Amino acid sequence: MISLDPVAAVLLVPLGAAALLAALPGYRWPSRLNVLACFISLLFALSLFWHRPVAGNYLMIDDLNVVFIVLNTFVGFTTAAFSASYIGHELHTGRLTLGLLRFYHSMYQVMMFGMNLALVANNIGLMWVAVELATLTTVVMVGIYRTPEAIEAAWKYFILGSVGIALALFGTILVYLAARPVVGESAGSMVWTVLITQASDFDPALLNVAFVFLLLGYGTKVGLAPLHAWLPDAHAEGPTPISAVLSGLLLNVALYALLRFKMLLAANPAALAPGPLMVALGLLSLIFAALMLYRRYDIKRLFAYSSIEHMGIIVFAFGMAGPLGNFAGLLQMTMHSLTKSAIFFTVGHITQAKGTQTMADMGGLTETHPVLGWTLVAGVAAIAGLPPFGVFMSEFLLITTTFDRQPVLAAAVVLGLLIAFAALLVLLTPVIFGPPRGRSMRVDASTLPIFAHLALVLLGGIFLPPPLVAWFQHVATLLG
Amino acid sequence: MMLHDFAFDIAHMLAGALVLLSLMMLYQDRLYALINVLALHALVLAMSVAWQAWVHDAPHLYITAGIALVFKAIVIPMALRRMVFRLRVHREIETVVGTGLTMLAAIALIALSLEVMLPVTAGVDPVSREDIALALSVVLIGLLMMVTRHNAVSQVAGFMSLENGIVLAATGAQGMPLVVEISVAFSVLIAFIIIGIFLFRIRERFDTVDVEALDAFRGERK
Repeated sequence: MISLDPVAAVLLVPLGAAALLAALPGYRWPSRLNVLACFISLLFALSLFWHRPVAGNYLMIDDLNVVFIVLNTFVGFTTAAFSASYIGHELHTGRLTLGLLRFYHSMYQVMMFGMNLALVANNIGLMWVAVELATLTTVVMVGIYRTPEAIEAAWKYFILGSVGIALALFGTILVYLAARPVVGESAGSMVWTVLITQASDFDPALLNVAFVFLLLGYGTKVGLAPLHAWLPDAHAEGPTPISAVLSGLLLNVALYALLRFKMLLAANPAALAPGPLMVALGLLSLIFAALMLYRRYDIKRLFAYSSIEHMGIIVFAFGMAGPLGNFAGLLQMTMHSLTKSAIFFTVGHITQAKGTQTMADMGGLTETHPVLGWTLVAGVAAIAGLPPFGVFMSEFLLITTTFDRQPVLAAAVVLGLLIAFAALLVLLTPVIFGPPRGRSMRVDASTLPIFAHLALVLLGGIFLPPPLVAWFQHVATLLG
Repeated sequence: MMLHDFAFDIAHMLAGALVLLSLMMLYQDRLYALINVLALHALVLAMSVAWQAWVHDAPHLYITAGIALVFKAIVIPMALRRMVFRLRVHREIETVVGTGLTMLAAIALIALSLEVMLPVTAGVDPVSREDIALALSVVLIGLLMMVTRHNAVSQVAGFMSLENGIVLAATGAQGMPLVVEISVAFSVLIAFIIIGIFLFRIRERFDTVDVEALDAFRGERK
């Protein structure tokens, strides 16, 4: 049954769809095909829960990356559905042409391929190549409007992202050097499943230096604070479906790479503990982004900074580690992906309705566009961590477990969260309520993906299914 | 043993030459000259990789050396030169910090990378060890160059020298799998950057270079 190997399918379906979409003219059928391809990928990803192939030299599936792959393909699918309605409007207003759309759909699938490959890669070299591929495709997508701002944003993303992945590669080489005396010179010396079993014998000093490079390199792609400069521009200037995918997926993929290497370090008792480094960077990102939220005037930039803030929380949680810390990190990551992409879907339609991204030119959305206005209210409430939603659960868990161990750090996290909450409240109240401002057009909003995401986030806050809890607990112990 | 020492000396010399060329890039204040040094940088990298391939009897590394030679030492410098000519920015490079300070910073970075890498890699064989330490200095100087230059072409030059440093490290790490694939992936990345500049003509980056102001500045310095 080699033809139905789900791992290969998760990779081959996007690749095949990319080739097909590059050949198809028009936009209605390609956008549907895009959704269909993503849906098939999602089905294959789900089947990985039941049927798990043996890890090879290049690909593998374990309990950790199944979570990431399913999340990745799910948000990829809903974003494709959102994109289908978003793109039609962009075509009518003339911001995109049919030729660019064909390119856009094809690149969307190449990007899904790159991200899926990074997640299933068992080889740290292959993982690096896949992250690079995903970066390149998103760079092209960010610049697709070809306005000076979009090109500037794409260039900035390009240069910073390239430096990031270059540093990550240097770190990867150092990991190989640390492994070589133990594993030997063979094809297996970069295979993660081999490395993790023998990591305790690696040279700890070399591993430490390697981790610093990997943290800086993949950390750039995660959007951690001193290295985040590319992120707001890339989110604000590209098409909104890409903003949703960047925040909801690509940051997670880079985080996943970081977690893999963290596990490697944790398996070596003599190496430095990766936790404090991650805690420090995470906290810095959280506080920094929370403060920066106040000075935003562009609604997409606002939520881009909110993504930096949340990635800070997630990295902090994985840095705190322990079963509860990791559990909170995993839950926060899942909830953030779902919530933030739902917010970007809503914001995408809002900017189309208002014809601008500037918050000063928007107002009274609940009056002019009740559905979009109220879904934005729900999304912002969820992302700010208000009670009935899933983000509240994970942040509450994180703060309680941190308070048990490091009360001062818990206080700092709470402070950051409150600053961010107040910023969202101050900036978005006039946009959502207030008197109607600016022009307003009718949009055919596809609300289904938004509602699906928000419903899942709500479900995560009210009732987490026991099998999911058990699964996350199991993964949390794997992460150490 | 004699031959091994000789092989080590050559590898060491080539890696050292790369660091030297990286330093040379820092003080080039004309784009054409910078591109020439960049081509030389890639040439030395190709020689270094080919030497590793011969010494360690690893024929697949010849592919990496070939890519460095054809693509990075010939094709890309030609494309960059054409671009500089077409965009009419061949006069001067904008520098943020003075050359003297940049050079001092670069020397500090070299010292730092030797200080960090040599003790850490004590268990690794000497060739890899020296290569990794020198490669890290090339990487850091490349980063320094990208930070201090604001012009797209010199940022690309900085990135390419950084990337050469990484290829040096990857080939120095004896027996590393996927080296060829990674160097191909890197070349694709660079090709993308170059095509990006060509297609989109990142003009606003060049508009800030006010030629007359620079001329006045140079007159003052002489």
